[in-house]
Amino acid sequence: MADITCKIAGVTSPNPFWLASAPPTDKEYNVVRAVEAGWGGVVWKTLGEEGPPVVNVSSRYGAINYGGNKMAGLNNIELITDRPLDVNLKEIERVKKNWPDRALIVSLMVPCEEQSWQKILKRVETTGCDGVELNFGCPHGMSERGMGSAVGQVPEYIKQVTEWCKKYTKMPVFVKLTPNITNILHPARAAVSGGADAVSLINTINSITSVNLDLMAPEPVVNGIGAHGGYCGPAVKPIALCMVGEIARDPDCKKIPISGIGGISTWRDAAEFISLGAGSVQVCTAAMHYGFKIIDDLTDGLSNWMDEKGYQTLDDFRGKAVPNYKNWQDLDMNYDIKAVIDQDKCIQCGLCHIVCEDTSHQAVKAERLGDTRRYTVIDEECVGCNLCMLACPVDTCITMKRVDNGKPYLTWPNDPRNAANMKKA
Amino acid sequence: MSKAAEAENPVDIAAGRLSAAQYAENFSDVAPPLDRNSAVTEANRCLFCFDAPCIEACLTSIDIPVFIKKISTDNVKGAATTILSANIMGGSCSRVCPVEELCEEACVRNTQSGQPIKIGQLQRYATDHLYSRKDAQVFTRKPATGKKIAIVGAGPAGLSCAHGLAREGHNVTIFEARPKAGGLNEYGIAAYKVAGNFAQRETDFILAIGGIEIKNGQALGQQITLSQLRKDYDAVFLGMGMKGVNALGLEAENLQGVENAVDYIEKLRQAKDLGKLPVGRHVVVIGGGNTAIDIAIQTKRLGAEYVTLVYRRGAGEMSATHHEQEFAQTNGVTIKHWAQPKKLIGFQGHVTGVEFEYTQLDANGKLMGTGDTFSIPADMVFKAIGQTFVATPLKEQGRDLLQLTKKGRIAVNEDGQTSLPGVWAGGDCTEGQDLTVAAVEDGKIAAIAINRALKEKK
Repeated sequence: MADITCKIAGVTSPNPFWLASAPPTDKEYNVVRAVEAGWGGVVWKTLGEEGPPVVNVSSRYGAINYGGNKMAGLNNIELITDRPLDVNLKEIERVKKNWPDRALIVSLMVPCEEQSWQKILKRVETTGCDGVELNFGCPHGMSERGMGSAVGQVPEYIKQVTEWCKKYTKMPVFVKLTPNITNILHPARAAVSGGADAVSLINTINSITSVNLDLMAPEPVVNGIGAHGGYCGPAVKPIALCMVGEIARDPDCKKIPISGIGGISTWRDAAEFISLGAGSVQVCTAAMHYGFKIIDDLTDGLSNWMDEKGYQTLDDFRGKAVPNYKNWQDLDMNYDIKAVIDQDKCIQCGLCHIVCEDTSHQAVKAERLGDTRRYTVIDEECVGCNLCMLACPVDTCITMKRVDNGKPYLTWPNDPRNAANMKKA
Repeated sequence: MSKAAEAENPVDIAAGRLSAAQYAENFSDVAPPLDRNSAVTEANRCLFCFDAPCIEACLTSIDIPVFIKKISTDNVKGAATTILSANIMGGSCSRVCPVEELCEEACVRNTQSGQPIKIGQLQRYATDHLYSRKDAQVFTRKPATGKKIAIVGAGPAGLSCAHGLAREGHNVTIFEARPKAGGLNEYGIAAYKVAGNFAQRETDFILAIGGIEIKNGQALGQQITLSQLRKDYDAVFLGMGMKGVNALGLEAENLQGVENAVDYIEKLRQAKDLGKLPVGRHVVVIGGGNTAIDIAIQTKRLGAEYVTLVYRRGAGEMSATHHEQEFAQTNGVTIKHWAQPKKLIGFQGHVTGVEFEYTQLDANGKLMGTGDTFSIPADMVFKAIGQTFVATPLKEQGRDLLQLTKKGRIAVNEDGQTSLPGVWAGGDCTEGQDLTVAAVEDGKIAAIAINRALKEKK
């Protein structure tokens, strides 16, 4: 059986699945339920500085349902913890003492002043936790007070705060990045140059999930009004994967350990993040949708898949997809594939035809032989776009077969059809 | 009757075998309607096929993927409009159509997951929703044309034709022999399939378009004649049902307790109090179609203790669908195949049993008796071996006014036009599948043809 023990930035956990800093990790009760269920670690919900209380509003979540599936995407307008700092610290200390093998990271968000960070780090260090995560990500609420993504959107601030933290604590420092920027590499490089031990990404994406058409207000509606919130859940996974991949392949990020976050719901999602360079993975929406019990399939599924592939540890496949993540101009212009429809598996729904006919290349022919409908690919028209395969409701009914054209790997910069090359010629 | 005579008289027919609550339960909706959540969940299973086989399997060509998509987005009124635009009786069809042999059989989900989309139930969800709305009227009547059309029969064919013509602005008069409109939906379909006075609600919806008048108690060949209708109206549509019932061809068929299944069902459908409808303890049904199934289940649900349905061939040859046969069996009806009635056994003028002979196919595939007989006790025997169209009202001065088919139904072309100019026909009085949905389609097509003909005449 594969060993799924996870090591990242000096923090170890029995498995790579951590609960992200969010409502599920707001207090001891929830966290204990999670570790009892088998979660490898938790990032405690963000603590703020001691003093005036944080107060949350009623109605905090909005969701995207799609095709009968609930919570394909979720957003929230909840602030950082609204419980007193000392209560949280006592609970953190107790949990770490009782569950020493689990990773316990504490998320922090205080004003952008050296003293504030110095003060809170001192308090947190006493809990015996494994590390801190700097919340530079939340796009809602706290950002209006100059914290969260307001910091994460300014690389100079990231670097500065990271440096302070490294100065005042020996604990590993994870910097949590906001995706609400144009290029993730700028904040990531800032964290690296500030001395961060790891980056965590992505935090939530600024969003309005829906408009309540009766109230004419964005969801979640708070007494007739809505505010933008942080978007997460399965729908954001592709965005998160891309940003993780960007950092993993960037030489300037110097292979900084990554705690991957963003729509991770299954072991397969986790395997994808790890293969794109993530060390641990953090989960929130999936647990908020189904409860902590999903950990069973997360760990079991990952381990079984690793056995099947012959990976003995997470390091065996960590980052294995990174070398294959390139830019468009590195792709092979001579690669040629055509859709093939397995007539034995075809249920005659005709979606392959209509999507190609209406929206693509008119490459799937529809024929009728009495009551039988027959859909076949016109190879000369097929550009190998995958659309029919993606629309087909039957797994493996449509596959893409490579055409052996004998041509060499040819990138666009070298392609004779490229205008730049024409000029040369 | 003296106690001694009572003891000798084996006939046991009685009303009120069950409690009021049991009657209510037995004759309530056989398939409870889907709620919003189940409907949306089911609608989301639909793949939205291109060239969808379900549309083709529907005799009225309802755009099923489109109406299901609308259900999934809570555009339920729109879904109902899509349905009713193709089939004005989409509500009753959703209840009575043998969907397992039509749209649902064609559903590609059968191949993919073994479970078709519940098209019938979704259709019911949409149409029920519309009927429950205050703004249920989704059709508009065009400005009056001044044209008058006579329709004979207020069943599905007649009502469908009437609605199509009324929408075009024509004035329609429907002549109906019975006291109520609706045809088999009102008088013939099993009560638990159209519970809650649904047939009446649907008829009211159809008539609400305006321009349709129904004259009850008007039977062709009696109060009205085809010749007169042709003189008085710009066009005539014949939508009569099948008045004839096949006889068993046995002696003593006039014994008391031997009855046509359709007559008893009509009584049952019109009964104000089912507890007052007498039913035998032992009931024998002869036949293999849906009428046979319907009478068997309904007598069982009225409290008959032993209901045996006897059919002269095997399960595969029964015209009742497999689903219906199974439903009868789960209702406690015993189905006996490969036996034909030989003799009705009577006592003091009342039937007490039926003698059957086992049947088999001979070398040429012809049905023959085996000589082996058995009898089943019966307080009531129901004949359900088929109905026929009675064409006599179409005879005037000893000759047929219009051409009939070899099977004795009215001959029509693809537009429903008969051999007689200005006269169209559809539904059970013409050939085709004897289904509500087929009758609705006939009426719809004839309305289009009549409208076109009237415009051309102008």
